[in-house]
Amino acid sequence: MTAAALPGTLTLGLAQGGVELRKFFRQREAVAFTFALPALLLALLGSIFGHSFADTGVTAAQVFAASMVGSGIVSTSFVSMGTAIVFDREDGTLKRLRGTPIPAGAYFLGKIVLVVVSSLAEVALLLVVGTLLLGLHLPTSPEKWLTFAWVFVLATTSCALLGIAASSAARSPNGATAVMNLLYVGFQFISGVFVTPITALPATMVYVASFFPLKWICQGFRSVFLPDSMAAYEMAGTWELGKVSLVLGAWVVAGLVLSRSTFRWTDNR
Amino acid sequence: MKTPAVRVRGLRKEYPGQVAVHEVDLEIQSGEVFALLGPNGAGKTTTVEILEGQRKRTAGHAEVLGEDPGTAGRAWRARIGVVLQTVNDAAQLTVAESVRHFARAYPNPRDPDEVVEQVGLAEKAGARIRSLSGGQRRRLDVALGIIGRPELLFLDEPTTGFDPEARRQFWQLVSGLAREGTTILLTTHYLDEAEALADRVAVLARGRIVAEGTPADLGDRTRGEAMVRWRDDDGLHEERTQFPTKFITQLAEGRELAELTVTRPSLEDVYLSLIGGQE
Repeated sequence: MTAAALPGTLTLGLAQGGVELRKFFRQREAVAFTFALPALLLALLGSIFGHSFADTGVTAAQVFAASMVGSGIVSTSFVSMGTAIVFDREDGTLKRLRGTPIPAGAYFLGKIVLVVVSSLAEVALLLVVGTLLLGLHLPTSPEKWLTFAWVFVLATTSCALLGIAASSAARSPNGATAVMNLLYVGFQFISGVFVTPITALPATMVYVASFFPLKWICQGFRSVFLPDSMAAYEMAGTWELGKVSLVLGAWVVAGLVLSRSTFRWTDNR
Repeated sequence: MKTPAVRVRGLRKEYPGQVAVHEVDLEIQSGEVFALLGPNGAGKTTTVEILEGQRKRTAGHAEVLGEDPGTAGRAWRARIGVVLQTVNDAAQLTVAESVRHFARAYPNPRDPDEVVEQVGLAEKAGARIRSLSGGQRRRLDVALGIIGRPELLFLDEPTTGFDPEARRQFWQLVSGLAREGTTILLTTHYLDEAEALADRVAVLARGRIVAEGTPADLGDRTRGEAMVRWRDDDGLHEERTQFPTKFITQLAEGRELAELTVTRPSLEDVYLSLIGGQE
């Protein structure tokens, strides 16, 4: 009947991205939970933390704000992706796509657009709260912003992929939301987001946290938004940026393997 | 000779501890409206979802538009239209956004505005999907099912939960698509729906096809046994016979029989005896 070609995955993926963004930002619960909550926590807890690190002139609130940038994008990548896919499977979004020529690649591309845009917006929101309320200083050197860029990319990629993998383990949307948020809050505690400096935590706790991305993501962002004198308050006494990139890079690979091998379109095969 | 739109031989689907579909054979010609009729749990949705490429079959041969639905790719998916039974996706999008978005996925889509008009949702085009009623939601599902100009349209229990007027309108919509030449595979548990829409019907019960034919002569009801009833001095009589005309001629011998009736089983009688014991 027609020789017209099928639209490409890239075109469809970007269109999917537009739809994903509209769906996300029109859904008040999602925006409130994955988006506004980290900013609210930052504003509240940041105002409570009083102490500062004598020799550096840096306040606990500033350290907390730097860590929360990492924590915030884990919310918009890992938590958001993990729950969204479970909902997509539950409400028929994935089933509908399966009945159309839209390829799986375009679906994931759409999710990536959502994760990148919402994570950038989240970072912007947290930085506004951090600088206005908590005295966080934005770095001026291009070197620091370069670090910011690669930590951001590795963090969102690894966490989004792990979110996809986590969505495959979930049976129901309510269960998934609860489990994802429990994991998220738990990791924030053991990775030294809420407790500053991280050296104040029991060593075994940080040892466990060191196997997972959040600890390294936050450490990476602390290196961007805090003066180098604060490196003394890290576990190793330095920013360990090499190790940050290695651990996060390894999680990108692991996340890719896990998400590819576990992803399923429906609950019933 | 034209190849049929759907050809299925010995289709079987097992779930752990349960066989949902046994040995189903089907053949649907292109341009035909075919209804798969059966009670809930008969295996209709499983059968249709295998043909849509949504589920894997356990055994048997299946060919849909010349390809195996278990392995067919994107080009094949662009030629089918799927209206699923229960989906509630994209609640935050508007009707027009949703139809336009899916139109982009096909090489030769229908005009999105025309399709919205065709399914009677023009007034709701700017409304969020979550604000639609059940019937409107189903019409949107049909809009998304036909937006890609499918050669074959799957409709899985499309009018469940509709009020009578909405069902009539929906039937007109489906008849219109059939007139345009779309092949339609419809599942339903409503007899009147199969009768109103389908050229041919197959009855599925407990995972097996138990009868197949046009709605009019399903289960041989136009030629099958008839029931003759009459009254005489001894009271009311009933007699089953293959040849009611001959029987009455002999019985009456020219006189009038009181309260004489000849009845054949209704489609409902045939259906209930076919699915016998179910529900």
